[in-house]
Amino acid sequence: MYIKQLSVFVENKDGRLAEITTIIANAGIDIRALSIADTTDFGILRLVVDKPYEAEKALKDAGLTVSLTDVIAVGIPDRPGGFAETISSVADKDVGVEYMYAFISRDHDRAYLIMRVADNEKAISALKSHGCDILDGDSVYKL
Amino acid sequence: MENRIFNKEMECMSRRDMEALQLERLKSLVDYCEKNSEFYAKRLAKAGVTADKIKCLSDIEYIPYTTKDDLRDTYPFGMLSVPMEKIVRVHASSGTTGNPTVVAYTREDLENWSEQVARLAVAGGATAGTIVQICFGYGMFTGALGLHYGLEKIGAVVVPTSSGNTEKQLKFMRDFGTNAIVATPSYCMYLAEAARSMQDKYPMDMYKLKYGILGSEGSTPEMRTEIENHWGNGFFCTDNYGMSELNGPGMSGECMYRDGLHINEDHFLCEVIDSASGNVLEKGSTGELVVTNLTKRGLPMLRYRTKDITNINYEPCKCGRTSARMHKIIGRSDDMIKVRGVNVFPTQVESALIGMTEISPNYLIVLRRENYSDSMEVRVELIDGGLLDRYGELVALQKRIQDNIKNILGIAIKVTLVEPNSIERFTGKAKRVLDLRHENK
Repeated sequence: MYIKQLSVFVENKDGRLAEITTIIANAGIDIRALSIADTTDFGILRLVVDKPYEAEKALKDAGLTVSLTDVIAVGIPDRPGGFAETISSVADKDVGVEYMYAFISRDHDRAYLIMRVADNEKAISALKSHGCDILDGDSVYKL
Repeated sequence: MENRIFNKEMECMSRRDMEALQLERLKSLVDYCEKNSEFYAKRLAKAGVTADKIKCLSDIEYIPYTTKDDLRDTYPFGMLSVPMEKIVRVHASSGTTGNPTVVAYTREDLENWSEQVARLAVAGGATAGTIVQICFGYGMFTGALGLHYGLEKIGAVVVPTSSGNTEKQLKFMRDFGTNAIVATPSYCMYLAEAARSMQDKYPMDMYKLKYGILGSEGSTPEMRTEIENHWGNGFFCTDNYGMSELNGPGMSGECMYRDGLHINEDHFLCEVIDSASGNVLEKGSTGELVVTNLTKRGLPMLRYRTKDITNINYEPCKCGRTSARMHKIIGRSDDMIKVRGVNVFPTQVESALIGMTEISPNYLIVLRRENYSDSMEVRVELIDGGLLDRYGELVALQKRIQDNIKNILGIAIKVTLVEPNSIERFTGKAKRVLDLRHENK
């Protein structure tokens, strides 16, 4: 039902993002989806990867501040309005979205959303009744 | 911890007897300096002070102050009051700015120094048979050898590991069953952090550490609690104080009640002055500590300006000692930074941060001049990954630290969260301030 997402604290310094992603690259980890939110001083790098626990360990061993959280991955139709309709179904149930990011799939008519919401259960039931496809961990990690 | 007193006669003397002893020793010191020290003889003559003029302890005010510059100007041996063949040891400060300050000891000076250290080591929990690892750097610095001889005097088992080589330090601690550690508070914390990071391999209960005899840099009660929690298993640490100009460590130290540092008053006569005017302040006031070493003869020290800010409590302590107690050092008159006209000591920032589990105990203060006004930034290391899920929680943490510091200092500052281990660690005295106000942009 949920997938594991890594959040990594990153200082805004030249080359830091390259250093951090090199750590997971060296651990043989493949990135599925990525997003970074930044302020003037720091950013939070969010990653969905094929081996989340191994990635967490590699980053922690390198001394970074990391957390692993449950987020929702949703498959939506890749067409105009596909996103707007999906997010409306969540908004209609008064579920706030903390953050989200999207990526398209190798299938030409499908896209994916990674969502962190205030109330997971409520969001999932809204998405399901809208007819969305909720992905489990394995299917995302193996994308 | 057991309450032991090394020298009851001197540490529990009545105030009247102590003052009488101090007066007698002060007169004899002035007399000695007139006769044996070219440096002091000139200075005392110029001020019109002779031993006969000292009728009561407050007459010490006639004697001019001695400063670190005096030691530098007379480098290396201009302030010696005995022929070189009477000197048995020389120490020096690092001298990062200008000449190092050199200090020298007669055999009797070393004996007195060991006695002073022995008292604070016992007050801090050490006794005959205690296995003590000395993690101060040996060499010209007085800290390591000072504690070394004082601990040997009480019959402790001294393990002179010196500073650095953290893994070896921890290995000896586990293998020797070390009971006590002599270190700076920051190095003691660093060792605890390192021990914790190896917990999978070496559980914390493999360490038998009970006492931390910490000194050479200031620490707050909050930092002490943090260090104790990091070691766990009932680890108890005390603070002690001294400086090479006044022998080294041994001037004062905490007892089990940790309500001020007991001064070895039979050896050290303390005053508190206003740094700016040089006026002696009333008893109990907070200001710069000025110390006269009553018994040192190789290189006497009359009214030495320590630049350390404290206050002195003359009430007897629950531990049974009647010796005056100085407050933990509140700051350095020259570490004191002025930010938008407000006096700021790094230790005040420290007290605002410690106890917060979201960040590490390391911090750095960065000062800049922006638009003709000072700005102060405090960098702290984020270690709690749990806050990363919601960006708002990081902002709330920043705000909380900002508010804590504002409550203590009364000025608004900026808080920057940085990655763990990105602030430099120090095995000696930590550098907490980066002042960029005078740099060209």
